[in-house]
Amino acid sequence: MPKELIRLANCTMAFDGEVVLDNINLYINDQEFLTLLGPSGCGKTTTLRIIGGFQTPTQGDVFFDGVRINDVPPHKRTINTVFQRYALFPHLNVFENIAFGLRIPKTDPESRRKVKLPESEIQERVLEMLKVVNLKGFEKRAVSSLSGGQQQRVAIARALVNRPKVLLLDEPLGALDLRLRKDMQIELKRIQQAMGITFIYVTHDQEEALAMSDTVVVMDEGKIQQIGTPEDIYNEPKNAFVADFIGESNIIDGIMRADGVVEIFNRRFQCLDKGFAKDEPVDVVIRPEDVDIVPEGQGQLKGTVTSVTFKGMQYDIIVDFYGFKWLIQTTDLSPVGSRIGIKIDPDGIHVMKKSHYSGMFGDYSSYSEEYEEISDADYDPEAEDQEAEHEEE
Amino acid sequence: MKKNKLALFSAPYVLWMAVFVVIPILMIVVYAFSSAGGGFTLENFARIGDYMVVFTRSFKLAFIATAICLLLGYPVSCFLAREGPRFQRVAMMLIMLPMWMNFLLRTYAWMSLLENTGLLNRFFEAIGLFDLINGIFGTNLEYFKMINTQGAVVLGMVYNFLPFMILPIYSVIVKLDHRLIEAARDLGADSATVFRRVTLPLSLPGVLSGITMVFVPAVSTFAISQLLGGGKQLLLGNLIEMQFKGTAYNPQLGSAVALVMMLVVVVCMTVMNRFGEGEEQAVML
Repeated sequence: MPKELIRLANCTMAFDGEVVLDNINLYINDQEFLTLLGPSGCGKTTTLRIIGGFQTPTQGDVFFDGVRINDVPPHKRTINTVFQRYALFPHLNVFENIAFGLRIPKTDPESRRKVKLPESEIQERVLEMLKVVNLKGFEKRAVSSLSGGQQQRVAIARALVNRPKVLLLDEPLGALDLRLRKDMQIELKRIQQAMGITFIYVTHDQEEALAMSDTVVVMDEGKIQQIGTPEDIYNEPKNAFVADFIGESNIIDGIMRADGVVEIFNRRFQCLDKGFAKDEPVDVVIRPEDVDIVPEGQGQLKGTVTSVTFKGMQYDIIVDFYGFKWLIQTTDLSPVGSRIGIKIDPDGIHVMKKSHYSGMFGDYSSYSEEYEEISDADYDPEAEDQEAEHEEE
Repeated sequence: MKKNKLALFSAPYVLWMAVFVVIPILMIVVYAFSSAGGGFTLENFARIGDYMVVFTRSFKLAFIATAICLLLGYPVSCFLAREGPRFQRVAMMLIMLPMWMNFLLRTYAWMSLLENTGLLNRFFEAIGLFDLINGIFGTNLEYFKMINTQGAVVLGMVYNFLPFMILPIYSVIVKLDHRLIEAARDLGADSATVFRRVTLPLSLPGVLSGITMVFVPAVSTFAISQLLGGGKQLLLGNLIEMQFKGTAYNPQLGSAVALVMMLVVVVCMTVMNRFGEGEEQAVML
């Protein structure tokens, strides 16, 4: 049975009357990797800052190990943070950056006296941490001479060397390029498991969230939209926002005709969802990879291919069904203009309750228009030459 | 191609510097090593020994004034940098406002405030301060002697040069990345530790340029000491001035004094900046 470590109870945060967090309830287990995921302005960083102690919620309580910590300042919490863009101390070298927390005298709980760590222990712990983040031999370097990835590692080491119970990470990989980001994702997960520390991770990158987390908290408009494992969030999104934000989704209006039967475009489809009222209007999510392309005559639905994009592993094709454009991912090329049929297995269909997000997401008509615009653009060799000249200068 | 063009544009300034800075300095060097007749001599430097008291007084008063400016200016800069942008603008204008008034006028104003029969003493008399003191201690005090003291000279220096301390410190602190302070607090530092280990070392470049901008004009001033020191608190500036006009006319000696003063200041600043460089490289003013 996992032990609960942090709890946010009815937390609301408002700046100058503007509500950025709206009644958040969330608990985080010991040794869990939890990700707060959402677009910018969704309240994820504010949630993190409340846990770190940099902000006090206007309403609600924060508990750590069962103790209310609303008024405990950051330097008295056993929580450390890896800041967005690292916030390394420019006047200290790598060693001193990591040793910063260790050099601060701590109050001994028994004698109530300030105790300094012996220099030998500081030395030992910093060097050990440099090994953990693969920066052995970098201790004398100035932080400004490090690459982004290396600075990132210093920031992680600086936080972890204090052996916090919880590590907060605020978009720590945001400034790195894709390749390095992927490597660091694996690295972070490894460190988290090796040290057995609770990680609370903030990101707007859904792939990152799915790849690393035990639990994903999807946020938008200052509210929690869904909490679940990465599989839950992907396979069983609660509403159109979550379905759209996590991965690619075609979201279509449907009507629930009976348990396991949903009607889209006046055709009935088998599905696995139950528990809706009869004839209840619903949102239906169909992932692009769950659609099978068949010859037109055999399809449950028939449509025209309006655009094709080669993505390496697959083609992204946009298909027009009765004026509604779907994104379908397939390994077989269907040329633009061809008529195709599609089949969807019952487990490829996910039915959601209507929400205020209904109708805002899941239509790919803008996607195909953008694509056509680019392909139709007149080719102007002269303009291209001029551009080339500019670059030479 | 581009580089040469730029060099061409900067030619007027280079010429200006050569004619009005480099040549005069060379002339001072030549004068300092010349006798009245024009021959080479070291006698001018030997005579500086007679004025040791002026040297020490100049550096002492400039040092005190710089220290006071730092003690007054640093907290103000910290406070200002935390306030809202509108408050900062208004406060900055108020700090700069005296600077837009003529320097001599400002200093004359202090004269009439500090004189034995000046505004301050008359105010003290009006509120009965002297009667009170005389009554208690049995003295015969009629005024506080403020003008023509070293204190008055230091006051004049602080008053005139304080903005030069505040401005550079403020502009460094206001640009200080707030996340660094949050990071320090996150790592367990209380406010005092944050200041000692983050804010102070990172603001050092501002402090160093503030010290330079106050100390150098203070050590070479002659107007402040003349007006508020009444010729009784002779500083290097006055000594040099006396060698170039008036009865003591001796430009060779004046040049030697100026040269030595320049050397001492350059050495002081170099040592100080070396000390600063070790602490701080990344954040520049």
